[in-house]
Amino acid sequence: MPEQQRPDDADLLDRLRAGDEAAFVALVRSLDGRLRALARTFTSSPALAEDIVQETWLAVVRGLRGFQGRSSLRTWIFGILVRRARTLAAREARRAAREEAPSGEPGEDIAGEWVPGAGRVGLWEGRPAPWGAVDPAALVQSREALHVIANVLEAMPESQRRVLILRDMEDVPPEDICNILEVSGTNLRVLLHRARARVRRALDAYLRDGEVPSSRGAPKPLPAAEENA
Amino acid sequence: MNCYEAVDLMGDALDGRLPEGARAGFEVHMAECGPCATYLAQIRAAREALMRLPVEPLPRERLEAIVEAYRRELGARGL
Repeated sequence: MPEQQRPDDADLLDRLRAGDEAAFVALVRSLDGRLRALARTFTSSPALAEDIVQETWLAVVRGLRGFQGRSSLRTWIFGILVRRARTLAAREARRAAREEAPSGEPGEDIAGEWVPGAGRVGLWEGRPAPWGAVDPAALVQSREALHVIANVLEAMPESQRRVLILRDMEDVPPEDICNILEVSGTNLRVLLHRARARVRRALDAYLRDGEVPSSRGAPKPLPAAEENA
Repeated sequence: MNCYEAVDLMGDALDGRLPEGARAGFEVHMAECGPCATYLAQIRAAREALMRLPVEPLPRERLEAIVEAYRRELGARGL
């Protein structure tokens, strides 16, 4: 069942429809960054990603009055973005063909990781060991650890990054993600698991060996970071 | 419950959606199996860190363009 409209959504919608600019600005600020991150999973062109997000906001503005609240406001907006992205990015045929493979990208290193529905791949041959004295909660306080995560996110297959953004970073319900991305529940589980396993593995390497994985292409500084300014 | 089954349920556990019939077995396994408990804790920590990942700031001119579209469409009152 899709996510029901949240009570705070109803209030927010009333304000947005009434022309409450402050409410709209707050909505844009809260979602725009993630929308851009999601748009970039559909295109390698930063300019096209910007266009996708811009068109999404225009469609949101035009659709606010007609939005019926069958899903949450956020889910609706992410859905608009994915549809726009698919349309606008369709020209990038070669790239699109590559990312349409829903799972099991060739050469993906999943040794030692479990794959849902496919049994284990050497389950616990390399047993996960605790991260020593590192308090897992302290990870989120560490800018370097966040850098590790940002880099591994940048380097992972688009299909995995997409579900990670929607599920783990934006907390969109799994059923809604299946609808938005047109993937099965099983496929979503596989993609999510692989994505999370990649992040865990990168953090594991970093915490044990100090290894900071580099992202694909040009190194990307953390957004809004004071460093690398 | 063995490790295969436990790992199979970890995504549900992270989402707080463990099937009712599997919850007790899962919790017992986590209490007894160090590697599985470690793996789950690390995946959970990674997920929490993901949620804290900062996003790129929105350039002022882009925000203004979006807000201008909103004003036109919704007849919004000015600030």
